[in-house]
Amino acid sequence: MTTLTETPRKKKGPPLVRPQPSTGVSKWRRRGPLLPALVFTIVVTQLPFVATVVISTLQWNILQPGDRHFTGLSNYGVVFTDGRLRAAVLNTIVLTASVVVISVLIGLALALLLDRRFRGRGLARTLLIAPFLVMPVAAALLWKHAIYNPDYGLLNGTLNTVYQLFGADHGPTVDWVSNFPMPAVVLSLVWQWTPFMMLILLAGLQAQPGDVLEAARVDGASAVQTFRHITLPHLRQYIELGILLGTIYVVQTFDAVFTITQGGPGSRTTNLPYEIYLTMFRKYEYGEAAAAGVVVVIGSIVIATFALRTIASLFREEASR
Amino acid sequence: MSTQAATGTLVRRLTSRRGGDSHAQEPRLSPLWTFVAWIATLAFFAPVAWMVLTSFHQEADAATNPPSLLAPLSLDQYSLLLGRDITPFLLNSAMASVISTLLVLAFAVPAAYALSIKPVEKWTDVMFFFLSTKFLPAIAALLPVYLIVKDIGMLDNVWTLVVLYTAMNLPIAVWMMRSFLAEVPKEILEAAEVDGAGLPTVLLRIVAPVTMPGLAATALICFIFSWNEFMFAVNLTATRASTAPVFLVGFITNEGLFLARLCAAATLVSLPVLIAGFAAQDKLVRGLSLGAVK
Repeated sequence: MTTLTETPRKKKGPPLVRPQPSTGVSKWRRRGPLLPALVFTIVVTQLPFVATVVISTLQWNILQPGDRHFTGLSNYGVVFTDGRLRAAVLNTIVLTASVVVISVLIGLALALLLDRRFRGRGLARTLLIAPFLVMPVAAALLWKHAIYNPDYGLLNGTLNTVYQLFGADHGPTVDWVSNFPMPAVVLSLVWQWTPFMMLILLAGLQAQPGDVLEAARVDGASAVQTFRHITLPHLRQYIELGILLGTIYVVQTFDAVFTITQGGPGSRTTNLPYEIYLTMFRKYEYGEAAAAGVVVVIGSIVIATFALRTIASLFREEASR
Repeated sequence: MSTQAATGTLVRRLTSRRGGDSHAQEPRLSPLWTFVAWIATLAFFAPVAWMVLTSFHQEADAATNPPSLLAPLSLDQYSLLLGRDITPFLLNSAMASVISTLLVLAFAVPAAYALSIKPVEKWTDVMFFFLSTKFLPAIAALLPVYLIVKDIGMLDNVWTLVVLYTAMNLPIAVWMMRSFLAEVPKEILEAAEVDGAGLPTVLLRIVAPVTMPGLAATALICFIFSWNEFMFAVNLTATRASTAPVFLVGFITNEGLFLARLCAAATLVSLPVLIAGFAAQDKLVRGLSLGAVK
């Protein structure tokens, strides 16, 4: 079922791959099947990045045709001193951290519930992953128009119904997106990402060795003690994995910002991807957009280094068996 | 050992692995916590339920306050959508996702073979190179991609999306397929080698059938990510090659707000992924964690 690093069989006899003094020909025969994928990936993902670095050193605005020249690092100067970009960095951090932390916490709670048997557990699990499977753009539109809408959205509609039950004429009419732009975006993303976290953490819980839990129970450990001293340490690497993968995906959020708030009001919900998009396709400052892109990539590499380390440790555990 | 006997061994191993699981006596939730679990589940599912319910309503019933839960149901919104303009967008989406998924598999299976069964030297470095491309934010590639695509006259072309989605999903597929290929019993492969089978034969006749569940799971994950992709689609297509998510946002700006029809459109475009995801829910975790969590 769900185990982190289980490999199905023990190695018997010599390893499949015999280290042999390989000649050039046999080396290339081994590399052959890998090459199409490798070359394709390098061409499509690495060359554009090289182009980004080059463009980031140019003064290039297509509204001023003919004026395209080398400016060295001045675009980076703009990126680091421009208030809007700093705001975008801050918004990205707030957005990503809130979404990831809240969805890990709710996901953990749900995973703990679903780790136990109860009536209709299979159905509950299926219903719970639905938010993750709704197309992100569709989900964003759904939240904006069907749920947050001040006049007939589900939120105000429910408030209204509850108020009327208690004898009031009409519930409050809150314009959720205008009054709480960031929480509105965060809530819609938490809704989408919690199932992801739940699935990873549930897999972690189910991979717990049953005999250890049994031993703890026999030794008279309380549920809380078992959770703190056995379950939580065991879950740690799953939590890390969830946080890191979640961070990588949520940092790149574009759909929800584009759809729910267009970065507004003002630039209160403009995150980096949306800011770069605006610089590119609204201001047409190609050089500046490219420089911001390079900065984002460097930021991502920092996060990715931690992520890769975590994944590498899981990977080594598996490979060493 | 013959191929058949080896497959039999594999099946026994897989089944005994399942049977060996110690979750037979999982603890039960108390009634109170069962209630809590169900409330939480319904709270999460409510927006989806609301979307589907509203999609069967008339516009007049969709935009009421308090909400009209019991309004009469009809398929009008769906017939309006399908009768008019959503079809080309769905076809573009289907084409971009299906073709890119097939390409991804065609690249990823041989690559995974060269990373697990007969690994190249420094294969772990190659694995992490693939993974690291996944960590580069797509937005940073948008500008050069846009300029190149414009330069070669491929803007508003589904094939541009096919290429980009293939690159986007290839690292995920390589990681997933490697984790599945690593589980192929070596006896089978050795037997095939003794019989003198070449690489294409080994991949098509042995690796593909044995890893079929893994292959299917990988294809599903790639399909989901391509089907849902929005950022490249909205910026690189205009009229001919636009995909379903682009239809959704364009629909709002072009027509003002029609809540019931929006919900119908949202349901319709999410349906393939919902079906695929529900069907493959056991495999979702492994795919989303790049094969790290089984």
